[in-house]
Amino acid sequence: MDSPLQSIPLFMVGPESFAVPIMASVVVTWAIMAVLVLGAALLTRRLTLVPSKVQAAAELLVSTVDQQIRDVTGAAPAPYRAFVGTLFLFILIANWSSLIPGVTPPTATMETPAALAAIVFLSIIWFGIRGGGVGGFLRGFALPNPVMIPLNILESVTRSFSMFVRLFGNVMSGVFVIAIVGSLAALLVPIPLMVLDLLTGAVQAYIFAVLSMVFITSAVEKGKPQPSPEPEDT
Amino acid sequence: MDYVSIVSIFCAAFAVSFGALGPALAEGRAVAAAMDAIARQPEAANTISRTLFVGLAMIETTAIYCLVIALLLLFANPMMP
Repeated sequence: MDSPLQSIPLFMVGPESFAVPIMASVVVTWAIMAVLVLGAALLTRRLTLVPSKVQAAAELLVSTVDQQIRDVTGAAPAPYRAFVGTLFLFILIANWSSLIPGVTPPTATMETPAALAAIVFLSIIWFGIRGGGVGGFLRGFALPNPVMIPLNILESVTRSFSMFVRLFGNVMSGVFVIAIVGSLAALLVPIPLMVLDLLTGAVQAYIFAVLSMVFITSAVEKGKPQPSPEPEDT
Repeated sequence: MDYVSIVSIFCAAFAVSFGALGPALAEGRAVAAAMDAIARQPEAANTISRTLFVGLAMIETTAIYCLVIALLLLFANPMMP
């Protein structure tokens, strides 16, 4: 059986000496990106005040994402909607792409969750700096007191790492179990497991989005000027 | 089959089994507490279930770590000849 920790290049791109291996997960990622971009472009091309059925479904999705962001942050959802919504939709479609026969979800290989977690890590820094300035963001590391600085720095790395391992482990284990069961009894037996996989995929996409939102919010909140004895904070 | 393979396979099974025990108990407690809270305060069900999901994901990560360790032992073992 193939190792789930390894990915095999599908084909090579570029001149022979600098050929870049293209993995199957990258091709699936491109396909998902194309579907998302084209779908969004088609959906928003002809928006009307009285929505059609498709537009109503899209509006329901956007307003649900907005409501979730508002619940987590307690602030206006506009700055985070694009990032968190795209993250959720991409991971959801990537997890559910295992329904198409022959497609391994890109989140079941190591690279894609690692890249997503790296994006979240950077966006925490970006939103933190945008919310409280560089000084405010850096001061957030010294909360509740400066003794915690090394631990806080360590935590900011490990929580992104744990997001990576969580997404990768959940999706990969689902695919792996289906492969094992399918090799034993391929007809109808894996179907309950695939249904369970759909649920896990949706929950993991939701959790990834909510956790990134929680971490961004904590970075923004910590960076905010606090009522403290330092006068330059105001 | 040499020594290292046998020990690796045993350890992978042990890692998964014992790594599943703790999170299973913890998740059971968490869900029970959330059910209790929802039964007391049905109007807070949304907040409670969101927090529950996030907490369950956090707990589950420990089991996933054990799974990854088991897979590393089986497929990417540096000691394996």
